[in-house]
Amino acid sequence: MGTFKDFYNSEEKREVLSVIVVNKDSVLSRIVDLFSARGYNIDSLTVAPIPNSQYSRITIVTFGKTRTIDQIVKQLNKLIPVFKVMEHKDVIEKDTVLVKIPLDQSLSDVDVLARAYNGAIMNVTSDAIVISATDEPKRISNFIKVIEKYKPIEIVRSGVVAMER
Amino acid sequence: MKQKIDNQLTGSQIVIEALHRENTEVVFGYPGGAIMNVYDEIYKQEHFQHILTKHEQAAVHAADAYARSTGKVGVAIVTSGPGFTNAVTGIATAYTDSIPMVVISGQVPTAVIGTDAFQEIDAVGISRSCTKHNFLVSDVKDLTRVMKLAFYLARSGRPGPVHIDLPKDVSANLADFNYEQEFDLPTYKPTTKGNVRQIKAALQHISEAKRPLLYVGGGAVLSNCYEDIREFAHQSKIPVVETLMARGVMRSDDEYLFGMLGMHGEYAANMAMSQTDMIICLGARFDDRVTGRLDVFAKKAHVVHVDIDPASIAKIVKPNYPIVGDLGIVMKQILEHTKDFDFNDYSDWHNTLKKYRKKHPLRFIENEEGDRLKPQWAIKRVGELLGDKALISTDVGQHQMWTAQFYPFNYPRQFMTSGGLGTMGVGLPYAMGVKRAHPDKISVNFTGDGSIMMNIQEIITCTQYNLPHINIILNNNYLGMVRQWQTRFYDDRLAETVLDTQADFKMLAESMGGVGYKVHTKEEFDKALEDAVASNKTAMIEVIVDRREEVLPMVPNGHALNEMLLLENLGDK
Repeated sequence: MGTFKDFYNSEEKREVLSVIVVNKDSVLSRIVDLFSARGYNIDSLTVAPIPNSQYSRITIVTFGKTRTIDQIVKQLNKLIPVFKVMEHKDVIEKDTVLVKIPLDQSLSDVDVLARAYNGAIMNVTSDAIVISATDEPKRISNFIKVIEKYKPIEIVRSGVVAMER
Repeated sequence: MKQKIDNQLTGSQIVIEALHRENTEVVFGYPGGAIMNVYDEIYKQEHFQHILTKHEQAAVHAADAYARSTGKVGVAIVTSGPGFTNAVTGIATAYTDSIPMVVISGQVPTAVIGTDAFQEIDAVGISRSCTKHNFLVSDVKDLTRVMKLAFYLARSGRPGPVHIDLPKDVSANLADFNYEQEFDLPTYKPTTKGNVRQIKAALQHISEAKRPLLYVGGGAVLSNCYEDIREFAHQSKIPVVETLMARGVMRSDDEYLFGMLGMHGEYAANMAMSQTDMIICLGARFDDRVTGRLDVFAKKAHVVHVDIDPASIAKIVKPNYPIVGDLGIVMKQILEHTKDFDFNDYSDWHNTLKKYRKKHPLRFIENEEGDRLKPQWAIKRVGELLGDKALISTDVGQHQMWTAQFYPFNYPRQFMTSGGLGTMGVGLPYAMGVKRAHPDKISVNFTGDGSIMMNIQEIITCTQYNLPHINIILNNNYLGMVRQWQTRFYDDRLAETVLDTQADFKMLAESMGGVGYKVHTKEEFDKALEDAVASNKTAMIEVIVDRREEVLPMVPNGHALNEMLLLENLGDK
């Protein structure tokens, strides 16, 4: 047992998984139940049907030690409606955020900030504006931190979607 | 019910026809509102027997025991709501021990699902975490497929219970029925054959090891390969230890077998596991009751792990040679190549283990004349008197461990016990299911005065369906296993474990058509057992045993496997 130190005692690392599932038998709750029953972490989870197929793609961002990630992948594979689990090594990740900001804030500041994160003002009403930005998850986290200054009323984040390069 | 057209069947008829085609000979169950359509068809059919238990939990346990003792898929049918929730313990018990079962529950009609209707519960939501898979059938057109897949999933790969939730309208609606149709399941392809290159590499390493050890688990029973394991052990001359679930894979008197390992394992077995340099894990899963303290477990050992379930591999211990496959097939592959390798001489290793066995044999101190009987004696005695003729069930607790230690198990599927979940109350329904599956064998349930009360009502079921068996209650007026821990680790504060108010088990048995005996001496015990076997009735033999007898050896929680409390170094309790 002594030979696999890295496996047992690795640092926790972030992992992006794509889980391809058949779209029935309440597959999403099976996956969420699995994570909660076995004490695994979900950082983000997105799901959408794969066009022209009977499958859906669930993108899960999780973190854990090497042995935990190994178990997550195996336990996911064990679920009957799961077709395939992909552990991504080299991926493009995108995350989207919508932020509602009161109109009394500096519109030009907000606009510049949004542009810096590939975003724009989406909607303006009499008392608030909605901006959206799509970027790498880390940058979106950053954006949310910066935008706090403008007293956002509401922040909605989509969760990560990912694709292998 | 709707008019039948052409060769269409109702959902209920589809259930019956599917069970028939799966060669189901017995169903254990309990009717109720939402499952009545199915029961109406059960009434009309002649393909299988239905056994009405007194409680849904017992129905599922009986189906589980039927499956454990035969290897076939056990079937239970219950109604919605409380019928289903009562069944959950039975399902979870089977799930933890990988027992193939199909459990069908009624559900309220699809139109009212989600309205908190009478006897409605989210059954598939509840069973999701304790089944291999489950189905809520919302359209009768899916039912044939679901029935067929349920049986396939239950018995293939790593076996397990599959639950089908059947709304009342679906069981009444009509659909075509063609059971010969193939249903593809692209997301489920269990690996059955082992990787040959990996097997050869493992054999090479095994043959070079100095102290290899075969660590055999329940997978060896489930995959019906005990003969191949015996042959491999004898060919390679590698010693063997068994888990609780593997009792009987080796003959109890086989000189290669060094007993059961784990928390209450034999000294030699635990020492073998602590000192081996090559663990060959065959269908076991490094359970915490087997490994003891994990960070010091088998530190020097390399590991070969054969398992049908990839998730079992590297879950607890990362093997050097992971082999995913059906152990039955992998053993054949291993045997095919065994002769190509020149195995080391392991006689020193055998001698070491024999020395350990001699130093601390599995034993107990016989009672003095006039004192209470020792529980282990009763178990050993049944072994001497009935031996291979008996199929043994147990409940959960001290008596279970003593049975695993002292009954001479000589073939697999001889021992039915709740290993993983540890469900008290399984014993009597297990003995019932076993008797139904093996009418020519003697079905014996070793139980305690705590466990037996948890499904005592089923005596009357056994009377009704003529399923005689013998319950041997090792009565110490305690919840003995918990009492043992309280004594050791809680300064003998016996919190709610003293059972000093008890039923008269003899009267209890007789009131439900059985026979009862209360025995204090060896002579009385022999006489009662002889009578019980001859009576052909469900018997309760209450044995008044030493109240403070303990299960030893014992690896206390959080200790290494070789840190055992032993009979020899314990003073008076």
